[in-house]
Amino acid sequence: MNELMSLGFWEPFWLTFKLAFIATAILYVIGIPIAYYLVFSKVRFKPFLETIVSMPLVLPPSVLGFYFLLAFSKDGFLGQFWQELFGHQLAFHFDGLVLGSVIFSLPFMVHPILNGFKSVDKYQIEAAYTMGKSKLTTLLKVILPSIKPSLITGGVIAFAHTVGEFGVVLMIGGNIDGETKVASIAIYNEVEALNYTTDHIYSLILFAFSFVTLWIIYMKLGREINYD
Amino acid sequence: MIIKTIFSLLVMTSSIFAGVAKITAASDLVYAFSEMKSVFEKQNPDDKVLISFGSSGKAYTQIINGAPYDLYFSASMKYVQNLEKKGFTATKPKIYAYGQIGLWILKDKNLDINRGMSILLDPRIQKIAIANPEHAPYGVAAVEALKNKKYYKKVKEKIVTGENVSQTAQFVQSGAADIGILPISLASSKILKKIGDFYLFPADWHNAITQGYALLKHGKDNPTAKKFENFVSSKEAREIFNKYGFKLSDE
Repeated sequence: MNELMSLGFWEPFWLTFKLAFIATAILYVIGIPIAYYLVFSKVRFKPFLETIVSMPLVLPPSVLGFYFLLAFSKDGFLGQFWQELFGHQLAFHFDGLVLGSVIFSLPFMVHPILNGFKSVDKYQIEAAYTMGKSKLTTLLKVILPSIKPSLITGGVIAFAHTVGEFGVVLMIGGNIDGETKVASIAIYNEVEALNYTTDHIYSLILFAFSFVTLWIIYMKLGREINYD
Repeated sequence: MIIKTIFSLLVMTSSIFAGVAKITAASDLVYAFSEMKSVFEKQNPDDKVLISFGSSGKAYTQIINGAPYDLYFSASMKYVQNLEKKGFTATKPKIYAYGQIGLWILKDKNLDINRGMSILLDPRIQKIAIANPEHAPYGVAAVEALKNKKYYKKVKEKIVTGENVSQTAQFVQSGAADIGILPISLASSKILKKIGDFYLFPADWHNAITQGYALLKHGKDNPTAKKFENFVSSKEAREIFNKYGFKLSDE
C-alpha cells in the first residue's frame, strides 16, 4: 500500500486525464465546425465526408494504430512535419497520443453534435437571419445554446472514450513513464508482470472514477440529454 | 436446411484431422515455430497444431485462468516453474533452448552496426526499442546488457518499450524507432534479414535467457500434443532452432 503514496503510482492516471482533457478540448474546436458543415452545407460529397468521420467507429484500433505508427514516425509524413516544427517525432510522444486520440474519438464528438444541429428548429435560425444576425452570431447565440445537451453528451463520451483507449496507445506509445504510459497501459503491464494486486488497485481506481464521473453527469443532466 | 449444411461443415472442418494440439508460444518463437509446424504437419498428416504467439506473461495469466492450451513454450523458465507450483503442468518443466539478443537496425539508416553498442550514442539514434523489461525476458536481458556495458544511463532517455519482442521489432521496422534490441530468432528471419543488419551480443553480457516448456494438464491425454513435445527435441526441430540462432541445452 506504500505504493499508493509514491508519485509514480499516480502518474498514469494524471497522464490519462491530461490526455483526455486536451483531446476533448481539441475535439470541441474541430468537432463543432465539422458537424455544422455536415448538417448545414449542401455539397455533393457530404456522404463521403460523413464516411471519413465515422471510419474510426468501424476500424479496429490495431489498424488505426498501425497506420498512425507509420505516419507518426520520423519518416512518416506527419512525423516528419512535426519533427521539423517541434524537434521531436510524434510516435512515442505525448503529442502523438493527443493526435491519435483526437482522430480516434472524432465520431464520438461529432455524432451527438450533428444530431443536435439536425434537431434545431429551422424557423428559429431563419428568424435570426432575418433579424440581420450573421451566421457566426446565430451559431454562437442561437444554435449552440439550444443544443447544450448534445454538446455535453459529445464531450463526455469523447472524454470517456479517450480514457478507455488502449489499442492505439499500445501501438504508438512505447510505454514511456510520464510520457505515454497511460492508465490502461499501466494496467496491462501489471497483468503481464503478474502483479495482480497493483493491477486490482489500478483497475478499481479507474472503474470508480469512470463510474462516478458518468453518474454525476447523467444525474445532473439526465432530463436534458438526448440519446439519439 | 441451410443451418444443417453450415453445421455439418463446421463439424467436418474439425474432424478432418485426427488430432489437434493447442500451443501457446513466446513471440520470439514466431518464425521458428511456424516452420516447425509445417514440418511437423508434413510428418504427421493427421495431426494439426494451432499456435498462438504472444508474451509469456500473458499466456501464463490465461493458463491459470483456464485457457485450454495443451503445451506452453515460454521465453522464460520462471513462468513454467510457477505454473508447475500452481499445479497446471502435466510434465516437469524442461529447457528447450537459450535465447540470444543483439542490435538490429534498418539497412537504409546507413549506420555501421559493427560499431556495436557505441552506435547507440550516435545523434542519429533517437529512439531505441526494447521489449518491456518489467515482464518480457528479452527486455530484461536487453537492460542487463546495457547496464553491463555501462550504456544504460547514457541511453535511458532514448528507450521505448514494446509489449513483446514482435512489437519491438515492428517499432524498428516501421521506422518509428531507430534501432532495437531483438532476439536473433527474429532478426534472422527472412523478412527482417532482408531489410536490416544484426549485431549479436556476446552471451556473457546478460544472464542466460533460459526458455522452458511443459505439457499442460489440459493436454495430458492429447496424443498430438505429446507427439509435438517429442518432435521439439528431434533432429529436424534442432536444426530449425539452430537456424534461428537459438542455443540448445546440451551444446
